[in-house]
Amino acid sequence: MTTDTPNPQKFSKKIYIIGTVLILILVAMPLLTIRNADFGGTDDLASETIETLAPDYNYKWITNWWAPESETESALFALQATAGGLLIGYAAGYWKGRKNRAD
Amino acid sequence: MTTFKPRWRQIGAALLAVMLLFANQTVWAKPAQMHIMEGFLPLGWAIFWWAVAIPFWVIGFIQIRKILKEKPEQRLMLGMAGGFIFILSALKIPSVTGSSSHPTGTGLGVMLFGPFVVTILGTIALIFQALLLAHGGISTLGANSVSMAIGGPLIAYYLVWLPLKGRVPAWANAFLTAFVADLMTYVITSTQLALAFPNPQTGVLGSWLTFAGIFAVTQLPLAIAEGILIVLIFNFLQNNAETELRELGLESI
Repeated sequence: MTTDTPNPQKFSKKIYIIGTVLILILVAMPLLTIRNADFGGTDDLASETIETLAPDYNYKWITNWWAPESETESALFALQATAGGLLIGYAAGYWKGRKNRAD
Repeated sequence: MTTFKPRWRQIGAALLAVMLLFANQTVWAKPAQMHIMEGFLPLGWAIFWWAVAIPFWVIGFIQIRKILKEKPEQRLMLGMAGGFIFILSALKIPSVTGSSSHPTGTGLGVMLFGPFVVTILGTIALIFQALLLAHGGISTLGANSVSMAIGGPLIAYYLVWLPLKGRVPAWANAFLTAFVADLMTYVITSTQLALAFPNPQTGVLGSWLTFAGIFAVTQLPLAIAEGILIVLIFNFLQNNAETELRELGLESI
């Protein structure tokens, strides 16, 4: 089912696995090598830099109308990722099913 | 049907590995704030970047409407490209310098639909984050759109995807396009911050080097990871959504 595809560019399962492992390594490497580091977000650095460059700048001239607490925030980030994942999964499943039926 | 089983086992194992990795860590604990935060651009610059962004939003909106009208079967593909931006820009991932940033996910949409459609897809994600997550902001929405949803995709499309199309293997082009779209986003962000906050001694350039040093360097490994992911997804599409890709003129690249 997977071998008789007309597409010569089809990756083998091995390449998919190698690719996934590479992604995991790239993401996990800093976590494993930099123990106890504070992954603070590059914005923190950037805002500190702004404060050094322009100490008089009042960045509070406008503030977010709503800033969720960290728990709510995590939930909303997860919600955002879930929405994206649903869209991708739905489309991928649809095409996969169509292809399987055609084969 | 039995051929399904080993594949599902592999997918399951991969998912489990990802979950274990994330469960152990505090990646979700703090918000990702790769975009310029609310208030961190002076009013003049905020208005300027809004003005730059608006024409692109209009073109993108017209193009999306045209696609939905003339090629309604591309709705799923649009959802795929948009979903990819949504999920990737929600993932705060640690990067090598001990700080973290997040990928943009715009490369896939650039390859499938071109940069203007991505303008809309990316801005939707930015609005969601600005309104509900205090990540980015409304005053800085124009600037953040110009970097993530407009500039990065435009540069990736016209300087990488189009010139290389048909000349290099599709996977290599997909990788470079995603890589450049991701990286350019942060180069542009650095430029926007440097223009607004030039260094009193070394000027805009000195300031730019400081910001680019902060952003682009933490972004490099992520841009590579995002590039690999998009290569895999694009290959999946080439094998399972041939009809849709043919309609988009991407069948034989």
